[in-house]
Parts: sequence; structure tokens; C-alpha cells
Amino acid sequence: MKDNKVKSILFAGVGGQGILRASDIMCQTMMEAGFDVKKSEVHGMAQRGGCVTSHVRYGARVYSPLAASGTIDILISFEKMEALRYLKFLSHDASIILNTEEINPPAVNMGELPYPADIINFLKNHYAKVIAFNAAEIAQQAGSIKAANVVLLGALSNLTGIDRAIWENVIKKSFPQKLIKLNLEAFQKGIAA
Amino acid sequence: MKKVLLSGNEAIARGVYEAGVRFAAAYPGTPSTEIMEQFAKYDGIYAEWAPNEKVAVEVAIGAALGGARALAVMKHVGVNVAADPIFTVSYTGIEGALVIISADDPSMHSSQNEQDNRNYAKFAKIPMLEPADPQEAKEFIKLAFQISEQFDTPVFLRTTTRVSHSKSVVALEDSHLPENKTKLAHHAAKYVMVPINARMRRVEVEKRERALRRFVETFAENKMEINDPEVGIITAGMPYNYAKDVFPDYSYLKLGMVYPLPVKMIKQFAGKVKKIYVIEELDPYLEEQIRAMGIEVTGKEIFPYTNEFDPGIIKHAILGDLRGSVSPYKETLALRPPNLCPGCPHRGLFYALKKSKAYVHGDIGCYTLSYLKPLEGLHSCICMGASIGMAHGMSKALKEKGKGKVVGVIGDSTFLHSGITGLLNMAYNNSDALIIILDNSTTAMTGMQEHPGTGFTLMGKEAKKVNLPVLVSSLGIENIRVIDPNNLKETQIAIKDELASSGPSVIIAQRPCALFKRANMKPVPPLKIDPDKCEGCKACLGLNCPPIAWKEGVTREGSKRKGLAVIDETICNGCGLCAQVCKFNAIA
Ligand SMILES: Cc1ncc(C[n+]2csc(CCOP(=O)(O)OP(=O)(O)O)c2C)c(N)n1
Repeated sequence: MKDNKVKSILFAGVGGQGILRASDIMCQTMMEAGFDVKKSEVHGMAQRGGCVTSHVRYGARVYSPLAASGTIDILISFEKMEALRYLKFLSHDASIILNTEEINPPAVNMGELPYPADIINFLKNHYAKVIAFNAAEIAQQAGSIKAANVVLLGALSNLTGIDRAIWENVIKKSFPQKLIKLNLEAFQKGIAA
Repeated sequence: MKKVLLSGNEAIARGVYEAGVRFAAAYPGTPSTEIMEQFAKYDGIYAEWAPNEKVAVEVAIGAALGGARALAVMKHVGVNVAADPIFTVSYTGIEGALVIISADDPSMHSSQNEQDNRNYAKFAKIPMLEPADPQEAKEFIKLAFQISEQFDTPVFLRTTTRVSHSKSVVALEDSHLPENKTKLAHHAAKYVMVPINARMRRVEVEKRERALRRFVETFAENKMEINDPEVGIITAGMPYNYAKDVFPDYSYLKLGMVYPLPVKMIKQFAGKVKKIYVIEELDPYLEEQIRAMGIEVTGKEIFPYTNEFDPGIIKHAILGDLRGSVSPYKETLALRPPNLCPGCPHRGLFYALKKSKAYVHGDIGCYTLSYLKPLEGLHSCICMGASIGMAHGMSKALKEKGKGKVVGVIGDSTFLHSGITGLLNMAYNNSDALIIILDNSTTAMTGMQEHPGTGFTLMGKEAKKVNLPVLVSSLGIENIRVIDPNNLKETQIAIKDELASSGPSVIIAQRPCALFKRANMKPVPPLKIDPDKCEGCKACLGLNCPPIAWKEGVTREGSKRKGLAVIDETICNGCGLCAQVCKFNAIA
């Protein structure tokens, strides 16, 4: 543990994208890397197709499972426009990992509101580091679109400086035998993305 | 000592097990549900879903009077349902031990209100512990059982959504089975609460209160941390962590027990710091009691009454610091309201019901989501079971004006929870309203729990399964129909006929929840929309089914359409409802 500061990661996306599983893997990795770690998540009503978020915080000693707004270090958004929803939580020098996949909300489907245009440029204009790619397509190359969450974790692992072996070890423990190879490959592809 | 990541609820279940408690009853409700689901997995225990919280508490009281150490678990509003036995078991005390968990939901993430159940502790004179994180949750539940035994009292453990549903590192210990003290012991004067006995017990309650007030002064989980003497914070539960996150150097009095309060300790703390803030979500529960001790504090003048806190809210309230918390993005973003799942049997029912233009009294469950656009299926929803009484009351008050226009809808789990008595009343008082029971064979909203209508218990054993039509008929209802809500025509006809008939009617809409595995429904291939036939009328979009999306601008020669509806095959489960609403036979 080099510096004492607690790091805060915000996972955001839409119900069904494997966000909670991804944030679980991250927590376990941080715990095995020797950090104190806390996370918060949403259950129940909010899971029925709605927005899903999870805060993960790690450091020498973590008190709150929720980060104060304006203090998130990394936003990892599983859907493109969802990133825009949580910008007030980010610190000014936050990094953003963005899955460029689009999932229309009902109001967009009904033609009441547009799907926001030019999201990537907007984010790049406001934040120093924006890493954007289509995690679903990359996951498909690894063998299943369902591994998009692990692709995103690969990209996240580039920013956390934790030994890759610990991540991989946790990934191995997090999936049934027959899905391990696929997910390890998805993780590698995320690192390279 | 093994360390693992656990949610607050998993940690509580573990703590119950480590404490050697082997008996629990509950009714599901977010954010409490996983406590029982996890506890039921341990060996050698007995755990049951009761049909409602009142029954759960009564079951636990019975076990505790037999000398067992018993647990009852519920969400905050469940305590309202169970309040009647709770207030009087406070008088009787118990033979074994009794702990009641109340899982509160500040911010109403999944609830109809955000009542602060710390008030129940004071109101019912029952001690209450409040953990701040999963590790404490595991330890405090054990302490709760010890206090219950030591003081012959029921004990509350209060969690909130953030404690129940956050995860952190927890150290596991072994389970210690205490000596089995169950036996039949007759102490009628202690347990028969006729006035003469109740008056005696009432005096005992005050004796117990005095003993507990002495006990809390040295209770190790009321902790003082003296750092900066300028500012002292009095708090309990999760807000302690929020405050420590932003103000690590202030002095703290963290209360592990929020009823009764340690008066001497609080006064002592007040003597050591200059300015005191009381930081608590929801009601000024601590604040008012501390003020009554003659101590000057700052509380709800600067902290919100509503919603859960986070570290930023506390920092802002104390320092007025809003740095970094404005979004650079200023446009309106389309919301993502929660929605009924693809293939949900509630969708067809509400689509058909909307055509009747009736006033629909709703109830609590997944079907409450039909309130949202475009289904807009409900016009009221108060609490579990209320739809039936409210439909009856409105129909009686409106007489002719309400004839054929008042409906109540209620899920199967909710009907068995607290709808039966309302329906009995409708038969007894000859109501004219129509009640629709949405029988999807499970408690879907809270994550698929068993109930008396599913044929299985919490512990996975086969069980007696209530026969809904027979039950409804035995209450005195004569007009009863069983329909499949995925058959739109049949559903529409049944609703029309039963609204027209006089006297109370019940429609039982039967089809298993789309996520229900045990129903063994044959997988149906997803549907497709034929782009050569779609006229872009958007009728299918009116179902608000998640796989159906609109592609603006995909026109076709010879058609006036402005776009094309498409189905995402990866999430469509082929229920066929959209094919029934398509006038152009474009969906198959
Ligand atoms: C008194 C009380 N207890 C528990 C809950 C939590 N809760 C909300 S809906 C529901 C049950 C829903 O089941 P059902 O009526 O079968 O409808 P479904 O969700 O299956 O459509 C429960 C337990 C509550 N809101 N109020």
C-alpha cells in the first residue's frame, strides 16, 4: 500500500449487464491484494431494467461504501449514455472507461427524447483520460457477448496497478469451470483494448 | 481467522448462525430478504417464510416462549404489520431469546415510505442495536441475543439499505451451539395478558428499562473517540462511516445501541467537545432526546430530513462545500424507469385492463410497475393488501357512479399476506367491486420467494399448496374466473363480464412469472417483426416490452410508416403478446 488515499470506482450501467458481478470481482481482487475494501450496490426495484450503479472503494482503511460526489477516480460505464448520468460524482481528474454499446431507454424508443449525440467527444473535452471501445463486440470475439463485463475489468486493471495474477486468480474463482477460459480471454482483450 | 467479503445481510445470517441460533421466521421484503435466504442454507437450522410479518413474529414468540432463541426478520413496513404482537411481547418478555430485525430503507430504494423504525424501539420500550457495516452487523446480532436473554426482553436490530446491501471484509468465527433450553414451562401470569397481569408486567417493563439504562452506560459498542476537541459528532449506524470519510479528525460518539440512550456518556462527551453535531438520517430521533438532556446540538437545521445521506451531503451541510459536484452535462437524459420483464404475465393483464377504463386500486409487487407509461395501469397503491379494502370502500361510497368501474389488483403473495380478510369483508358486506388476483406462482418483486401458494417451503421441502379458487369461494365469493393473462381476448372478455356482473367478483389470472424456473415452461423461440409487413403503427411499443425497440426512419415503399419496430431476439422470450396486438400480422 503506497499512498493512504482511498480510491473510488463507480460502476454504472443498465440492469442485466453483469455490473454487480464485475464489482464483486474487483472487490475480491482488492481484498486479496491486501486492501481494505467496501462496496455498495442496488437491489430490488431498481434492478428491473433500470439504472444500476455500484461504488467500490479501496485503501488502507475505508469507512464509507459510498463516495462523496466529486471524488470518484474512475467511472466505468457499461453503456454509452449512462456515463453522462453520473458526471457530478467524478473528480476533475477522473478517468472514464466507456463501453460504446447503446441501449435505448423507453423514452428514446417512443421518440420522446433523443439518444445523446457525440458522447465520446463531450467526455474527452471534459476529462483527461477517456478509454472508449465496444466491449460487447470484443466479448463476442472472446466467445460470448456476456463476457463484456470482464472485458471492461481488463481495461480497468490497466488503471489500478494491481498484479494481473491476482485479478486472473479471482476471475478463475468467480466462474464455473467451463466459462473460465472464455473470461480470461475476455480479460486479456480488455487489457489490450 | 478467515476473512471474506460479505454483504450486511450475509453477515447477519452468519452472525445468527455463529451465535448458535437455530430458529427464524420472516416474510420477504427489500432490503431484508437475503438474511433469511442465507440463513436457510446453514445446516441444522429451522427457517420458514410466514405468510406475513405478524405471523412471523408470532411464530418466533412461540418458539421463544418454548425456550428457543428465535429470530424474526422483516423490512421496515413489515414492523407495522407485526406491531400488535411486538408491543405486547415487550410486556411479557420471553423464556428463551427473541430478536426482531427491522431493515429500514432511507431514500425508498424499494419501498413505499421511509419511516424511521428507531421510533418503534422507544414506542414499544424494546432495546435496539444499530450496526454501521457488515462486520458490526455480524457482531451486533450476537449481542442482541445476549441482551435478550440477560434482560428477558425482545431486542430490535435495525439495519438500513446501505448496511444490508453494502459489502466489506468480515472475519468469520465458528458456530457455538449453546445448551438447548427448550421446554414446556407454564408461567401463565407472565404470558396471559389480561389486564390484571398486564398491569403487573407493565411495572416490570419499567424496571427493565431502568436496568437497561444502567447497562448502556458501559455497553462496549457505544464508543467515544476523542480527537479534535473543537467538534464532536454524535451518530449511529452507516452515517458514522459517511462522517468519518470526510471528517476523520473530529471527535465522535458512535452509538451502537440507539435505545435506550446512554445519558451519562452523552453528557460526558458533551463536556469534552465544543460544538456538537448530531448526524442521523430521517427523523431527529437522537437529536430530540439529546436536546431533552439539556445539551445544545446542531442537527436538522443543517442536515436533511429526507433520504439517505452520503459523505458529500455531510460535508456540504457542515462546510457548505460543493466542490466538484456539478455535472458538466446539462441536457435532459432519458430516464430508465424499472419495467416489467420480457414475457411478464402482468403485462397482458394490464394491457387488457386499461381498455376497461376502470379505476384500478393497485397493490405492492412487480405489477406496481404497470403504473408507469405507457401501461398506466394503477390509480392508487398504499400498502400490501390495501387494494381490496380500498376498492370495496370506493365502490360502496360511489354507489351507482362507481358501478362496473372499480377494480382492485393484487399479487398472489400479497393476497395471502393480507388480502384474504379484505376479500372476506367484500363477500360479507356484499361489495360490487372486481378483484383480480395476479397469480404468478411466486413472490417475484423480492426475488422469487416461496409462499403458501407455491407448494414449497423456504427450506426447499414440498408443502401444502393453497387452492386459490377454493379459498376465494370459501370466503363467500360466487363469481370466480380463472384466466390466462397472456390470452388478451379471454382476459378482456372476463374483465368486461365481471365488471358488469353484480356482487363481488374475483378473476384469478394464472401464469407463472417469466423468470420462474420451476414452472418448467417449454422455451419458446423469440419472435420477429417482418419489415415487409410492419406499418410503423407502434401498437406493439404500447406494451413497453423491453425487447421491442423503434428504428426511426426505416421507411418502406408503398407504406406511410415513419419507422420500423424491431425485436431484440437476445432478450425476447416469445410470450406472443405483441403478435396479438399487431393488426398487420407482422409479428411471428
Ligand atoms: C408489509 C410489507 N412487507 C413486505 C413488502 C415487500 N414486498 C413488496 S411486494 C412483495 C410481494 C410481491 O409478491 P406478489 O404479490 O406475489 O407480486 P409479484 O411481485 O410476484 O408480482 C413484497 C414481499 C412490503 N412492501 N410491505
